[in-house]
Amino acid sequence: MKKISVGIDIGSVASKAAAYDGQEIIALAMRPTGWSPREVGQELLDEILEKTGLEREQIHAIVGTGYGRVSLPFVDKRITEISCHGRGAFYLDKSIRTVIDIGGQDSKIIKINEKGQVLDFLMNDKCAAGTGRFLQVMANALEVDVSELSNLARGSQAAKISSMCTVFAESEVVSLIGEGTDKSSIAHGLLNSVAEKIYALAGRLGVEGQVYFSGGVSKSELLREILEEKLKKEILHSQDSQYVGAIGGAVLGYK
Amino acid sequence: MRPKTMSKVDELRGANAIAIKEAKEKGEKVVGMYCMFSPQELALAAGARAVSLCGTSNNPIEEAEKVLPRNLCPLIKSSYGFAITDTCPYFFFSDLILAETTCDGKKKMYEEMAKIKPLHLMELPQSSQGEKNLNFWVNEMMEFKAFLEDFYKVEITEENLKDAIKLMNRERDTYKKLHQMNMNKPALLSGVDMLLAQWARGFNVDKEKGLAIIEDLIKELEEMKAKGISPYSEDNPRILVTGTPMGLGSEKLVRLLEDSGASVVALENCTGYKPIDTNVALDKDPLVAIAEKYIKLPCSCMTPNHDRFELVKKLAQDYQVDGIVDLAWQACHTYTIESYGLREYIKDEMELPFLQIETDYSDSDLGQLRTRVEAFLETMVS
Repeated sequence: MKKISVGIDIGSVASKAAAYDGQEIIALAMRPTGWSPREVGQELLDEILEKTGLEREQIHAIVGTGYGRVSLPFVDKRITEISCHGRGAFYLDKSIRTVIDIGGQDSKIIKINEKGQVLDFLMNDKCAAGTGRFLQVMANALEVDVSELSNLARGSQAAKISSMCTVFAESEVVSLIGEGTDKSSIAHGLLNSVAEKIYALAGRLGVEGQVYFSGGVSKSELLREILEEKLKKEILHSQDSQYVGAIGGAVLGYK
Repeated sequence: MRPKTMSKVDELRGANAIAIKEAKEKGEKVVGMYCMFSPQELALAAGARAVSLCGTSNNPIEEAEKVLPRNLCPLIKSSYGFAITDTCPYFFFSDLILAETTCDGKKKMYEEMAKIKPLHLMELPQSSQGEKNLNFWVNEMMEFKAFLEDFYKVEITEENLKDAIKLMNRERDTYKKLHQMNMNKPALLSGVDMLLAQWARGFNVDKEKGLAIIEDLIKELEEMKAKGISPYSEDNPRILVTGTPMGLGSEKLVRLLEDSGASVVALENCTGYKPIDTNVALDKDPLVAIAEKYIKLPCSCMTPNHDRFELVKKLAQDYQVDGIVDLAWQACHTYTIESYGLREYIKDEMELPFLQIETDYSDSDLGQLRTRVEAFLETMVS
């Protein structure tokens, strides 16, 4: 019988799952985390079983990761999202040595070796600056969906957002709106603000080799371009970038 | 397994709180101190009890923030909060406070504290290097001695000083020996217990009583070593913790590390090994000898502070550590800035995994800290 492992990544905003058969990823699933990490974990597992046509008994290992990993009662192993993102990105492309991950409540830079193992990492401190949550709050202030920020900002002159703190930055955005600044300029300024925060983290850790951008925020095309310009490096990204933690969990669980 | 003697160490806390009250009621002199730069020898030579003051709990911070800014190091806020809420018996029963200008935050906080108790401020030089700074610090010792003589109307003789030095040297030797028990692989005492035992050193109203318990603890650990008993196995990564001070109520980082499978084998900070590494010389003028020992304490308030990096390296080698964690209390500029240099130094000199943690005394970031600590330990097993 074929061995199958599953990785479940419970993030602060979205939860993801991936199944791995030792060769490739055979199924992916994603749901909003909502209020119960435990329930969403179970739902994701059910969805994976349905998509692959497997029975629960055929899954030989389940790895829980993400901030909600502690809330999953049915996992065989819990591994931090830092190790999982490193391993997941490495699975997608063996040349990757640096992973930038920006999720809902944290952002991190991870350095990996030629086996996909984590060598070093840095995470933002306990404030929300430079995270998906920051963009979410700001998008609300602009009354646009967070997914629209990138397109809205493109081509505009970026407004300067100087506050790092989410609460203060929100007041700053409200003032800018009051002054009649274009929404597009404000959106551009917000993306710049996130990029600056990541640039500082990256500078501290040092960016080596191929860079990969994962996490929900990596979907912002303009932010990727701003970061590429700042870091003077090409940044890889893929359709699966939000699933990287779950993929890494599945791969690590397979062994 | 936890040595039985550790329960005696735990009991010391309550016993010392009573002992300080009794000492005071008998009319004894009590000098309260905050910092490892405070020369306990001088207070002892004046015939006073020298005690540490509280500053490691989150509880009194709310009260302190009525006066002090929120964005200040929790150690300073906690120390001041304990003082104004009368919740630290050692502060309450102290005749006077010995303060020091280790950082801008403490120095300015002491201006407010001086409104509650008599306070003598020792000015620290900015650097431990060179004759000029040593002479300045020797002069500070002379001024503190004169202050004590005037305050208590006593004379501090050379013999008083030498006796105090001998007692403090013996205390440092004993606590150093205790710390060194964890050179054993696997370690014999948990990092949390080591932290609590070392931190409690300053609260020993009766130093001999405290020393006797630590000697018993060492004996028990030696027996454990002989029998091959340890709370750890070879699989637990051995971690050195450096950075800002920790005590009961602010031990969350060490607890988190050990709950996540690490064995914290060395505490380089000023509530751990740093102040007990060296002793005061007995073959020269006592005040000069005391000044020479204390000025060399490698705290981040000194510039440059290369001696700290070397002490970290020495401990990392002696204790065969697998990783180094650097703790900085939020808004502690000197330790947060120095962390970058330390990271570079460790990368160049030792190639050991390094993690910096910046936090406060609250539990609000435990989840995020756990992720960091677990990920850090995961880099060591693979």
